Amino acid sequence: MVSSHILSAYDEELKYLRRRISEMGGLAEQMCGDAVRALVNSDSALAQKVISDDVILDHAEREIQDKAIVTIAKRQPVANDLREIIGTLRIAADLERVGDLGKNTAKRVIAVQGTGVPRKLARGLEHLSDLAAVQLKDVLDVYASRSAEKAEAIRARDEEIDAMYTSLFRELLTYMMEDPRNITTCTHLLFCAKNIERIGDHATNIAETIYYMTTGAVPEGERPKDDTANTVGAIAE
Amino acid sequence: MNMLSEAAVEKALDKKMNEVAYKMIGKDVSVYYGEKRALFDVNLNVRENTVTALIGPSGCGKSTFLRTLNRMNDTIEGCRVTGKITLDTDDIYDKEIDVVELRARVGMVFQKPNPFPKSIYENIAYGPRIHGLARGKAEMDAIVEASLQRAGLWAEVKDRLHEGGTGLSGGQQQRLCIARAVAVSPEVILMDEPCSALDPIATAKVEELIHELRANYTIVIVTHSMQQAARVSQRTAMFHLGQLVEENDTDKMFTNPDDQRTQDYIMGRFG
Repeated sequence: MVSSHILSAYDEELKYLRRRISEMGGLAEQMCGDAVRALVNSDSALAQKVISDDVILDHAEREIQDKAIVTIAKRQPVANDLREIIGTLRIAADLERVGDLGKNTAKRVIAVQGTGVPRKLARGLEHLSDLAAVQLKDVLDVYASRSAEKAEAIRARDEEIDAMYTSLFRELLTYMMEDPRNITTCTHLLFCAKNIERIGDHATNIAETIYYMTTGAVPEGERPKDDTANTVGAIAE
Repeated sequence: MNMLSEAAVEKALDKKMNEVAYKMIGKDVSVYYGEKRALFDVNLNVRENTVTALIGPSGCGKSTFLRTLNRMNDTIEGCRVTGKITLDTDDIYDKEIDVVELRARVGMVFQKPNPFPKSIYENIAYGPRIHGLARGKAEMDAIVEASLQRAGLWAEVKDRLHEGGTGLSGGQQQRLCIARAVAVSPEVILMDEPCSALDPIATAKVEELIHELRANYTIVIVTHSMQQAARVSQRTAMFHLGQLVEENDTDKMFTNPDDQRTQDYIMGRFG
């Protein structure tokens, strides 16, 4: 690990930001898991908890932002320190968005409660959400370890989530075509799937930010994508 | 304060943008104070119309290197310089070189403002007079005004040119010293911690001045303030224990330096 600052209070400020990011990450991760659980189990109490947790997450983001700005003003950070603080701001914003997506998913629990979620679709959603949860968990571990290689590996894995999302998209479409009474539920589930897929994207953003914080460079090459949902149903020429 | 219009500065700088021209080239420069070696084979090229900041902890050799650029070390007993330093194509340590003329081409501004105990006018006129740069009073008046204009001091002192230079505030005195350096039309201006005795407002004025002077002069500045180096320079050179550790674009130096020692120093960390 890098050596400490001559001014120990500066180290304390940076440590504080790191700790708050880890806490935000933990909460965001938990919210995502809870949201999908609430959805497949029609658990409106759990959904309500996710919605209220989002307030805590928003508050944490604002607090990190304020502290980061004060640190910039007081310490005029450069090099690693500067990248660290800018990275912190970006990651806090990504995690806040992750929380919003979890909340949005939780809000749909009530709408799909009437019909419930068909078992097969529930499994698909759970699987998708497991993948996103692993991404999020791993990226937070990388945040703690600051390994640029691992950050790159996580970035490469986003492909799996995209592929899973595309297959879920097809499945939902099939259900809707089978019986128009499924359309309401399936549309909501489609949004939920999209939310979870977006969570994966934010995890990828965080991985890129960590890469930048560690190396000062942006990871090379296009990020791998396997999200072909936008072409599903297109009529072949 | 804004002597040169923004557009004129931009234009002068644009012209220089595409080519890297070196005003001074230091090759394998070593300095010894008696037995003690203070600089170790420093290779550093100073770009024309660029502000180059020299940074590093106390005793790292940055001021020593600065002083080799106009042979100020000659005045120090037992000081020996090896290697080669050129100004344009002239080897400044050549025996043929007239040191007085060299110091007119490579001027210097010191840490503490040191105006002569004479009038403001005389402070500026002294250099041009000994170098024979003005014929008659009208020409000298023009040089004094232009120099004070360049140093952003004209408006503040034009009504008291014949009062003592030591009666000015610290910041004004430092700008007077810069005006004095500019008066002999130097090509390079060396500054050794020019703002360390000034308050933040006076510092900002001197920094603004350095920014403007860059269009016409090549500037090398030693500073202990990392933020000052970041604010005023385009190139930064980091010294440590008598060695040049890294020389880089200032933008790169302060976001992602190549050398770990630079990183530790600018971030205020233990090495």
